[in-house]
Amino acid sequence: MASRIDVSIEHRGPEPEPAGKHPNTCPSCHSHYRDEELDESLWVCPQCGHHFSVRARRRVDQLADRGTFEEQDKDLRSADPLSFFDLRAYSERIAEAEMATGLGDALIAGAASIERRPCELAVMDFAFMGGSMGSAVGEKFARACERAAERGVPLVCVTASGGARMQEGILSLMQLPKTVAAVDLLHQKPAAFISVMTHPTTAGVLASFASLGDVIVAEPGALLAFTGPRVVQQTTREKLPEDFGLAESNARFGHVDAIVPRPELRPYLGRVLALFE
Amino acid sequence: MATESSEGTAEQLRLRERLARLRDLPLLRGVGVSGELARLQHQIDRIAEEPSADEVWRAVELARHQDRPYTLDYVERIFDDFIELHGDRSFADDAALVSGIGRFNGQTIALVGHQKGRDIRERTHRNFGMTYPEGYRKAMRVMELADRHRFPVITLVDTPGAYPGVVAEQHGQGGWIARSQLLMLRLGVPTVSCIIGEGGSGGAVAIAVADRVLMQENAIYSVISPEGCAAILWRDAGEAKKAAAAFKPDAAHCLELGVIDGVVPEPPGGAHENPDVAAALLSESLGIALDEVKERDPEARRRERSEKFRRMGIFLE
Repeated sequence: MASRIDVSIEHRGPEPEPAGKHPNTCPSCHSHYRDEELDESLWVCPQCGHHFSVRARRRVDQLADRGTFEEQDKDLRSADPLSFFDLRAYSERIAEAEMATGLGDALIAGAASIERRPCELAVMDFAFMGGSMGSAVGEKFARACERAAERGVPLVCVTASGGARMQEGILSLMQLPKTVAAVDLLHQKPAAFISVMTHPTTAGVLASFASLGDVIVAEPGALLAFTGPRVVQQTTREKLPEDFGLAESNARFGHVDAIVPRPELRPYLGRVLALFE
Repeated sequence: MATESSEGTAEQLRLRERLARLRDLPLLRGVGVSGELARLQHQIDRIAEEPSADEVWRAVELARHQDRPYTLDYVERIFDDFIELHGDRSFADDAALVSGIGRFNGQTIALVGHQKGRDIRERTHRNFGMTYPEGYRKAMRVMELADRHRFPVITLVDTPGAYPGVVAEQHGQGGWIARSQLLMLRLGVPTVSCIIGEGGSGGAVAIAVADRVLMQENAIYSVISPEGCAAILWRDAGEAKKAAAAFKPDAAHCLELGVIDGVVPEPPGGAHENPDVAAALLSESLGIALDEVKERDPEARRRERSEKFRRMGIFLE
């Protein structure tokens, strides 16, 4: 049956941390840091340059000019249209993710300015159910596009997602064409769309809006793949290249415009936004 | 197809209205008006009752049935003078997706569809209907050709999913799936898609962003395979039946969720029991669907298509 298994949209939670491993311990060089130290270094390991995952609000603080972010659609929440129940109820998983992250869903969006250039800023949070895209995420992204088109400003979207949210079944798949239609609105206006892909940007999000940026930038070491390495390995038994699906491989094959280390991201975005003004 | 008496037709219209009212559904566009009464009644029954786990699983099995008609089986029965067009004009010809132009009800149309194979050799050749980025690029260049020449586009969807391989990733699988959807939203010509077997996630929706999206009665359309979902959420691929019952990939549920516009009836027992009848029913539904959208001007058609997909999803506010 292996070859029949459709693996094109994965949704997984974060990789389980080895027992005793602290989230502030660098998985690459094992250095350990306090929160303030990592905040200071934008959550990039000062030892080895590993890019830690960044929570959505922290990312907004890193990118937006202080005090400029005005969040929209704060009260938009996921429904449970299928009354989905696996080992636990979807509604319960949502409630738990809300509690754990303090977010309404896996994407926040609103008006902001970056290096004094006005834009619409949308940021995903992998900690909220693996950053998966259900109807709420799709809707919030689409509205961000509509606001950008309305205001005539660029959209900057920072992705971190395992793909479509299985618990919403076919409706989560429909968020692909929905978000693509929203990007089309930007293209028609035209309003610039800058897609910033961070670890991981996979499956349904890579196969929809994230890949349609006028400019696509990636963070170093980010996994940007339609199908993740484990599933490719299991399904095809192929030997995977060392850098399979990573930002560096994507750059080599021509799928991203630049790999921008996090400390340079904000000035880089500022320059890009200025050119589109 | 037998000509129906006017009395029979009136009765069918009444049934279709009843069918639509049952759950405040839009009228089941695409359901053949001259289809048999019994079949319409059967559909009413199916939609009125929540399909059970067993019924959902039966659709999964029928959608994957080894004798189920594939795209080329329908092409030879539905289109005249079909000419297959090969290659993506840059790198390869992906046999998992076929494309071409032919005549449908006297009019030239462009066709794009996934193609599976029946025996081991052909299955390997067709890569089990799992497309590489080259396949989507081929689809896109044929759709562009159609748009230039004002040919309506028909797509037939039947794939377990886009191919999950190293080279497919290197060639930009995700990006091409995204761009294919974007192109379909930009087409000025009428477009109709039908899921004729497995509508497997991104690989399926890449060629299913159409003015009218239909599903055969026993087709499935899903974000992930039942096995994949079970492996992740139940941590056991053997729980596929439970997973399918939970995420509801069958036509009745897709219609209810507003994801598709109509259900295409199949002969009793499934399309594989009588491919000729299945093709006639499919042909009729495609014709009705195309007729519904052909009078619009291109800009209105694009706008309505975008708005339709823009509305999809259910959330709280």
